[in-house]
Amino acid sequence: MEENKTYTAQDFKSDQYVRWCPGCGDHAIVNALQKAMAEVGVAPHKTAVISGIGCSSRLPYYMGTYGFHTIHGRGGAIASGVKMANPELTVWQVSGDGDCLAIGGNHFIHEVRRNIDINILLMNNKIYGLTKGQYSPTTDRGSVTKSSPYGTVEDPFIPAELVFGARGTFFARSLDVEMATTVEILAAAAAHKGAAVCEVLQNCVIFNHNIHSYVADKEVRADRTIHLRHGEKMIFGKENNRGIVLDGYMLKAVTIGEDGYTMDDVLVHDAKNPNNVLHQMLAMMDGHDLPLALGVIRDVDAPNYTDELTRQVEEVKGKKNFKSLREYILSGDTWEVK
Amino acid sequence: MTESTKVKVLEKVVVRFSGDSGDGMQLAGNIFSAISAAIGNEISTFPDYPAEIRAPQGTLSGVSGFQVHIGKGVYTPGDKADVLVAMNPAALKTQIQFLKKGGVVIIDTDSFKEADLKKALYETDDAIAELGIDPAQVMSVAITTLTKESLADSGLDVKSIVRCKNIFALGLVCWLFDRPVSQAGNMLSHKFAKKPTIAEANVKVLNDGYNYGNNIHASVSTYRVESASVRKGIYTDLNGNTATAWGLIAAAEKAGLPLFLGSYPITPATDILHELAKRKDLGVKAVQMEDEIAGACSAIGAAFAGNLAATSTSGPGLALKSEAIGLAVMAELPLVVIDVQRGGPSTGLPTKTEQTDLLQALYGRNGESPVVVVAASTPANCYDMAFNAAKIALEHMTPVILLTDGFIANGSTAWRVPEEDEYPEIRPNYVKPEMLAEGWKPYMRNPETQVRYWAVPGMEGFMHRLGGLEKDAKTSAISTDPANHAVMVAARQAKIDNVAKEIPQLEVLGNPDSDLLVVGWGGTYGHLYSAVTEMCNEGKDVAMIHFNYINPLPSNAEEIIRRYKKVVVCELNNGQFASYLAGKIPGVEFLRYNKVEGQPFSSAELVEHFTQLIEK
Ligand SMILES: Cc1ncc(C[n+]2csc(CCOP(=O)(O)OP(=O)(O)O)c2C)c(N)n1
Ligand code: SF4
Ligand SMILES: [Mg+2]
Repeated sequence: MEENKTYTAQDFKSDQYVRWCPGCGDHAIVNALQKAMAEVGVAPHKTAVISGIGCSSRLPYYMGTYGFHTIHGRGGAIASGVKMANPELTVWQVSGDGDCLAIGGNHFIHEVRRNIDINILLMNNKIYGLTKGQYSPTTDRGSVTKSSPYGTVEDPFIPAELVFGARGTFFARSLDVEMATTVEILAAAAAHKGAAVCEVLQNCVIFNHNIHSYVADKEVRADRTIHLRHGEKMIFGKENNRGIVLDGYMLKAVTIGEDGYTMDDVLVHDAKNPNNVLHQMLAMMDGHDLPLALGVIRDVDAPNYTDELTRQVEEVKGKKNFKSLREYILSGDTWEVK
Repeated sequence: MTESTKVKVLEKVVVRFSGDSGDGMQLAGNIFSAISAAIGNEISTFPDYPAEIRAPQGTLSGVSGFQVHIGKGVYTPGDKADVLVAMNPAALKTQIQFLKKGGVVIIDTDSFKEADLKKALYETDDAIAELGIDPAQVMSVAITTLTKESLADSGLDVKSIVRCKNIFALGLVCWLFDRPVSQAGNMLSHKFAKKPTIAEANVKVLNDGYNYGNNIHASVSTYRVESASVRKGIYTDLNGNTATAWGLIAAAEKAGLPLFLGSYPITPATDILHELAKRKDLGVKAVQMEDEIAGACSAIGAAFAGNLAATSTSGPGLALKSEAIGLAVMAELPLVVIDVQRGGPSTGLPTKTEQTDLLQALYGRNGESPVVVVAASTPANCYDMAFNAAKIALEHMTPVILLTDGFIANGSTAWRVPEEDEYPEIRPNYVKPEMLAEGWKPYMRNPETQVRYWAVPGMEGFMHRLGGLEKDAKTSAISTDPANHAVMVAARQAKIDNVAKEIPQLEVLGNPDSDLLVVGWGGTYGHLYSAVTEMCNEGKDVAMIHFNYINPLPSNAEEIIRRYKKVVVCELNNGQFASYLAGKIPGVEFLRYNKVEGQPFSSAELVEHFTQLIEK
């Protein structure tokens, strides 16, 4: 009956009071998620939102869907179990940079590798918010935090790079301040059959304020980010006159009409290319020499875990056709005592 | 049978097959036990694999053994063997300790050459004398030569021929114990169905081995072993790990739910994963996750999604799963956790047995975190206890930890395949549609059992959020209220305590009118029961109770224990159950009999100890 039903964001909200700090980027992200869900149109009762622990992982409480706020780092493994057990459900996983990439790093790379059909929302504030300001696996080298009073002496993960290393089939990125882009990538993740990682750069006003402002501030955003769309030219900038071109084996940002570059030189984004080399180069652009890539960077069809599991179960069941455990046991080595 | 052989009639007998791990002694042992069971013997078997995967051939570390106990009143694989088959000097050297005084040894003389003796680190060229074995006990047979002769016309290459020598030995043992070789032949044909020439060769060697025994003027006795009056029905040979896997499948069928297993390989629990992975033919989803944490967590996810969910492991894995089990306690989800205990701590003795995880199972979590803890007592009982664990988990919305151990997991017995109606229905505590109008909340409980109602994703109207944070008892919203926390802690405890109303009462075994009560739990049942039965038969009065249910305890436990003058708790650890009982039943002096050697009890040591206790 709900087949043709249309939903609004309101249908995906719970009655819980939202407890994030005022000004926290998470507020915008939960709103974007609810909008995206309404757009996708899967009923709230067929949707499960699973999280680990962290400020970001509080999100399921604010959803009007089925939800499970679990333990630190394990959201990926639990979401995997949900999806394997009932592939009919649309499963979302919500995680922070610490939850997903430190304590949960192992589960994360493996769920990506398995290509299980889960939509993974990674809220990256480059800090541990809930435990009040320690550095995370995405914190920039040298950052002073509560647990690195003299600056960190280690390099961060670039989440996209991990996803590609784990042979991911979907990666997208957005900013908490770009609601429309966030909705767009979340909806695309839902449409993707397989593990779909959406990194949203999120501002923690309390412990890491303005950490993303180098790319996210209104005045600079157009010049320091690029919104990639499949099949479209890679163009950015306030004047829409900048483009990404290939320069030998490297990418380069150019101004169209300058230095002999024309629109023809600008690359067209192909998110569907199974080869991930260019996707990786795009995802590694960091807003300095090259603009930070937003939107869907990679979205490739490949066998996904749950479909394969279901297919295999059906195939084996069909071959053997046992009706019950007893029937199976009796087909093996037995003897009768009369 | 020649005149010179005497026939001994025995109530039960223990045979131990041993050889190089490549010699196929497990197969010979398995077939011998299966045909014994098929002719009405009770059986109990135990494989003893070398710790190394591929030790160099002929060396002491490469010896593989298989012990089988057949007859009437068989509860364990037996302390020591009446007959030992040793296919090489290394086997003889390492296995002779398992032979009874005056028992018979069968050796393959072809493999007792100088080089063989050297590999097994003998100092002289006479293995029998060096080990102090009475030559009169030894039946020396040129098994390899005879196998080669038997298969000279088979067309097989020498290597394949020599590989059949285990089956020649099996034939010989079949003669010794008057087993029907035709049945053994059928089993071999079945086993090698895809390789007809190999099957044929094995059947021929088997018969030649049997006939060899029949034709020689062997001075050893042959045996007639008594049959037990076993219940009518269809039987199969079942080990503890397979039984555990099947018990879960049976429970899923009774509950009308799909079965999900999230696991990670670890000795000696891995065979549960192997078996359930094969049972895709019954719709089972068994998934090898990236670690034990993920094994438990994927199962919790599957439980949340409405499956019968289980996770299987051994002690080190249980340690990793602790936090996740705590989540299942808090979220009040059904979860079966199987711990096939092994020697610890840490990696410990992976292939050996212990009962050292009891307190970890009971208490190894943060917070007040009660779970149901049950234990299986025999290989076949693993089926029942896996079924019961699943039933309790589903009906009481709680994690249940099932403790088995390496000994019963790998040991096997003949098991009567139950009819489907022999086991009860399983009725999970689902929400009912009318509850929505009545203001249903996710942590709303059945007032009698304290069990919360289960709403499964996909049900319309019942959307809700669970989590590890404490919830308000009334609204189910997150709560840090001190009084509410106390209420919820009490409710979770009461829910577990209530399970006691449904578990079976303890039965007193042996002679109830004794001064001494022997107390055991889990996989030690066979040895304890053998010892107690033996003593009672000899007129020494001992009573015994054995626990399958540990938390909560059966409701008559305290009353029984208080009846006895002396109570001795026997376990393969340093007294974990004894201290647990002492906390639950104050004022009783619990004597302890403990062994932490990675080995099961022997019935003999128990008899000796109990006799001392009685006489003191
Ligand atoms: C097993 C365990 N270890 C540590 C913690 C403490 N802890 C809670 S959240 C957190 C880090 C959260 O960081 P992140 O995932 O980035 O989320 P954020 O709060 O920044 O959204 C830590 C260390 C915990 N809850 N459980
Ligand atoms: S601490 Fe930071 S991440 Fe957490 S709610 Fe506050 S602003 Fe958001
Ligand atoms: Mg963070």
